[in-house]
Amino acid sequence: MSLLTLDALTVTRGQCPVVDGVTLSIGPGECVGLIGPNGAGKTTLMRAALGLMPHGGTSSLSSLPARERARAAAWLPQAREIAWPVSVETLVALGRLPHDSRAGALRADAVGAALSRMGLEGFRQRKATELSGGEQARVLIARALAQEAPLLLADEPIAGLDPAAQIATLRIFETLAREGHAVLTSLHDLTLAARHCTRLLLLDRGKLAADGPPLDVLTEDTLAQVFHLRAHMLQTEHGPLLQPLGVLP
Amino acid sequence: MRLALPLAALVLALFFTSLGLGYAALPPRAVLGGLIGLGDPLHVMVMQEIRLPRSALAALVGAALGLSGAAMQGYLRNPLAEPGLIGVSGSAALGAVLALQTGLAAAFALALPLMALLFALGAVALILLLAGPRGGSLVLILAGIAVSALAGALTSLVLNLSSNPYATYEIVFWMMGSVADRSLTHLTLALPLIALGGAALLTLGRGLDALTLGEDGAQALGISLTSLRLRLLFGTAAAVGAATAVAGAVGFVGLVVPHLLRPLCGARPSRLLWASALGGAAMLLAADIAVRLILPERDLKLGVVMALIGAPLFLHLIYKTRRGL
Repeated sequence: MSLLTLDALTVTRGQCPVVDGVTLSIGPGECVGLIGPNGAGKTTLMRAALGLMPHGGTSSLSSLPARERARAAAWLPQAREIAWPVSVETLVALGRLPHDSRAGALRADAVGAALSRMGLEGFRQRKATELSGGEQARVLIARALAQEAPLLLADEPIAGLDPAAQIATLRIFETLAREGHAVLTSLHDLTLAARHCTRLLLLDRGKLAADGPPLDVLTEDTLAQVFHLRAHMLQTEHGPLLQPLGVLP
Repeated sequence: MRLALPLAALVLALFFTSLGLGYAALPPRAVLGGLIGLGDPLHVMVMQEIRLPRSALAALVGAALGLSGAAMQGYLRNPLAEPGLIGVSGSAALGAVLALQTGLAAAFALALPLMALLFALGAVALILLLAGPRGGSLVLILAGIAVSALAGALTSLVLNLSSNPYATYEIVFWMMGSVADRSLTHLTLALPLIALGGAALLTLGRGLDALTLGEDGAQALGISLTSLRLRLLFGTAAAVGAATAVAGAVGFVGLVVPHLLRPLCGARPSRLLWASALGGAAMLLAADIAVRLILPERDLKLGVVMALIGAPLFLHLIYKTRRGL
């Protein structure tokens, strides 16, 4: 069973392909990291997969009616926008919008579970706009969790979080995957990507350059070719560790 | 719910206070009797044909402006947005000015509100054409400002070239906004359109709540922004177009009312819609009562009083915002 299938997904801006013929499939239990240099097309790939922008090729999500799609996949955009000073509880409850509004009890359960998973129970009545950047990021992740969709797409969810919160967030994604959900998340920290993801997708100028287990993708050759980075992949007792050595010309 | 009841009670109280005010001092019994057609025929005439249209229009116009202000702020995620921003009221004013200038309004009583409505709808059509089907909120604001500026320029042009001083005088007074001396015909013209526009705007709650997360976030929650924007534009055109058509340009209501009520609604855009409709009705009824109490001898214009109330409210908001920093 697949939760997301892309077939020759292509997005062009003017004449220039931003995402170029990407074909892949993601199933339950996978925590997939989407890596690549800045401008490789990671955000565009996820937005197009969700049907948030026009694209060529097919995506199993973008062909669904809007509300059904929202029940199939949750989206955590990189821009952490909270327009109004609503309470944390109200904001997280927005995740229940795609679901039947009559199921009130289920709604409270899902919101409560998402809040406690993100360690936000004490924040219920706080105004979301008055929290720190890291706290807001956690609230928005809780909002996506409350949607209880089988698939979560997250765009650089750990950017701007402190190291402990970065690890904690990725651990939650791993747990979601173990519970039978699937996660596709773009990441810039390659060490964390190698440690917490079951599979990595490497995008290079819109093309899928590699797709497989983290250590097969993060070879010194691909790091040099795609990231222009001279680096060692060290094996430590705590897991893989990427040691950057320098920038290639 | 806790907010809706007191607000509704306030609107009712102000509505009946407004009905009790006028040139002829009527006892409360004559007011109520006259409303339902009992008692002195003169009282019945005064109540049903003069005071009822005035009070009902004040409430309706206020509700239309408050509601569309809340919807517009929710959609643009900006507390400074108001219905006038997309050029609906400016274009309606242009239509009315043309009706007055060409003498059409003198020849045919409903020409003025009908022209105003026509121009309001024309403005929305033009905005949709300019902004395109997928344009975001920024494109919509730009298109609105363009249409608004054009309508303002054309209104000035009409005044500039006017060779008829009486028409100019009438235009200037009409643009100040008022619900005085309106008839049941005005009420029957505005009521269905404001109801229709209001109903369209009240369907926006879910979408506006979702927009708290931004346009991408809302779309990913299954909200169609295209449909949301269409309902917003046509709802505003019908409600604000009809309101401007019968009452002229009354500013500040759509801006101030949602601003004042937002903290009482937990800042939720969906709850703010209902609250702002009631709050707008209350504010305009109160302003129209003030108009008659402050200078009963002179025809003080509602729009002038609203601006005089609105500006200090803004000073208060500035003060609060600065202290919060």
